Amino acid sequence: MGDEVMVTQEEKMASTIEPHGAKGLPFAHTDLLDTAELTGAEISFLLDQSEAFFEINKRQVKKVPTLRGVTIMDCFFEPSTRTRSSFELAGKRLSADVINFSAAGSSLKKGESLRDTARTLAAMGTDLIVVRHPAAGAAASLAEELAVPVINAGDGCHAHPTQALLDLFTLRRAFGRLEGLKVAIIGDIAHSRVARSNLLAMRTLGMETRICAPPTLLPAAVERYGCSVFHHLPSAIAGVDAIMMLRIQRERASSGAFPSLREYARNYCLTRAHLALAAPHCVILHPGPINRGVEIASDVADSPRSLILDQVTAGVAVRMAILYVLWQQGSGQ
Amino acid sequence: MFDLVLKNGRVIDPAHGVDATTDLAIRDGRVAALGAGLAGAEGIDCTGLVVCPGLIDLHVHLRDPGQEWKEDLLSGAQAAAAGGFTTLCCMPNTVPTNDTGAITRDLVERAVAIPVHLRPVGAISRGLAGKELAEIGEMVSAGAVAISDDGCGVQDGHLMRHAMEYARPFKIPVIIHPQDDTLFGHGVMNEGWRATELGLAGIPAAAEEAQIDRDIRLSALTGTRLHVAHLSTAGGVELVRRAQAAGVAVSAEATPHHLLLTDADMPAYDTHWKMSPPLRGAADRAALVAALADGTIQAIATDHAPHAPQEKELPFDDAPFGVIGLETCLGVVLALVRDGRISLADLLHRLTAGPARILGLATGHLAVGAVADLCCFDPQAPWRVEPERFYSKSRNSPWAGQELTGRPLHTILAGRIVCRDGTVVEGR
Repeated sequence: MGDEVMVTQEEKMASTIEPHGAKGLPFAHTDLLDTAELTGAEISFLLDQSEAFFEINKRQVKKVPTLRGVTIMDCFFEPSTRTRSSFELAGKRLSADVINFSAAGSSLKKGESLRDTARTLAAMGTDLIVVRHPAAGAAASLAEELAVPVINAGDGCHAHPTQALLDLFTLRRAFGRLEGLKVAIIGDIAHSRVARSNLLAMRTLGMETRICAPPTLLPAAVERYGCSVFHHLPSAIAGVDAIMMLRIQRERASSGAFPSLREYARNYCLTRAHLALAAPHCVILHPGPINRGVEIASDVADSPRSLILDQVTAGVAVRMAILYVLWQQGSGQ
Repeated sequence: MFDLVLKNGRVIDPAHGVDATTDLAIRDGRVAALGAGLAGAEGIDCTGLVVCPGLIDLHVHLRDPGQEWKEDLLSGAQAAAAGGFTTLCCMPNTVPTNDTGAITRDLVERAVAIPVHLRPVGAISRGLAGKELAEIGEMVSAGAVAISDDGCGVQDGHLMRHAMEYARPFKIPVIIHPQDDTLFGHGVMNEGWRATELGLAGIPAAAEEAQIDRDIRLSALTGTRLHVAHLSTAGGVELVRRAQAAGVAVSAEATPHHLLLTDADMPAYDTHWKMSPPLRGAADRAALVAALADGTIQAIATDHAPHAPQEKELPFDDAPFGVIGLETCLGVVLALVRDGRISLADLLHRLTAGPARILGLATGHLAVGAVADLCCFDPQAPWRVEPERFYSKSRNSPWAGQELTGRPLHTILAGRIVCRDGTVVEGR
């Protein structure tokens, strides 16, 4: 009976997902390391694929047999709850066998060369590898060593492409388009892989980006992302279509980046009063977890303008699409 | 009859303004004659080669004692001989630190058996901890030619002042690794767009310049000679240039990598490009090259810093700082001559007489009677950098796989051939 359900789902899949041969896929990568390497067409392709899975995720039975027999290793070398669960759910909904290789805090986190880590993973014979690592560049280093597709689930302050893609997916669903949208990203840009991956993708897609933070939370030469730079929140969000708030790490205050969370919140916490300055249809994004009262007021986080939970929902679909596309690339199917 | 005659080479002795195609004869380990038609017991045809004083590297890490898996005195000396170097100054950040006369003496005694002159640099502070002075007088008595806490900036200005005052009667320079740790932070490469793009923590130029500025003032205050190691920023060059113009006794060195490479050139996350100070921007590199040409920078030093492959294979954040340079130095910096940035004689000056003068060494020139330390290189020879063929125990070179032009062939140490046709013949 279980098989019958699967077959039915597979047929439905066929109607919603366009079949592509490996060579026919409008996607030229065997790994997903950053949005920097993606063309606008490739981003659109991934978002289109995500739509199909998004529809599937609305069904009562959400599991499809697409990756049956495929093993996915989710390797998390730093703590993560959301992203790890999202990837695990995505893999399981595709009927893949999902193994968690959590090494945060263990001897693997530091001291083992990435080459040895890669060899260990390769020796286990998995088909897809999802990796989160505290060191920038770790995913790229592993990908260089590994024949199977590697998906970067966050490497240091460098990149978090699946988060950027789910943010874009959420925005595209809200507006029906991406080109020309004005987006303000507010908060700790300096330490944010989410901001970096979004800024790169948004520039590729012809979106207008603004960033806003105290100068201590901006990286050097940040304007080279093609964004305009603000330090005053009301100016940054004037007329924008979307506001993306970033989580403020509490330890940034003790490192001297700003005097106190209180003062940060007074200048950079997004409140209901601010929303009047943005476009009337403006939506709010946040990669989570949110600090209520620090970067975002509680009522704003819970308002109808907030798409924060839609992002979480979208994340599963987008990651299903990414797993599916990369597996096709890697297996040549 | 001479012991050895280098025949028909282009003899360049920057210290004395000599640049002539002639023979150079050696007897009893010393330069005996320059001129045509000299005859010796042994002769080497140097037609087409440049014959210059043996190169002097006033800044290397030989990792001996304590980290011999990276390098040791012999492997480092062989790398030097292969690179045309006849004198090395080894920095004190060994395990244990070279902060006592006993360690300095041990290095000097063991160096008798290696194919290079070794002139140790002693520590400024005990254990490089920056808290109390090392036994500077004992180390100088044992053969130390300078003091330095290289690898660390001396954070305590008061201790630095005392180090400089205390060192003055010993007539040795104080070599600084200028680094304000609070500004350096957790940085791993130059602060700028490349670091931002790669998501890596940046090191601002100010982290280096703040201490250069402080120590120039302390040099003026104490009258002790200051030598700035591995200058990397345009601002640092300007500080040194102004101090020299004001009569402060300050000298500076630059490394081949800072003279030729920038942060923008770095392949993403390639730890063979991670060193401290980091590669800076194009304007910094241009300022260094100009300062090398105009004499503000008197020495090229490799900052040869060996690390084992397993140490460099860590993520960029975790890998140690440092690259090796002894075997690639000459081939790398000759590009500056081909590009018209500096004359060959001036470039060789910065590799010979320049560092000799900073350290008060009697070598680095070819006057008759001088110790016969010589480097014979083919300035036109193209070669490919193959780290697996290095004499060094380590492989961490940013030039791996690159084509260089100009290669040392024969190295002569006090009249002995230690490297012939590019092959080290001593200590094997």
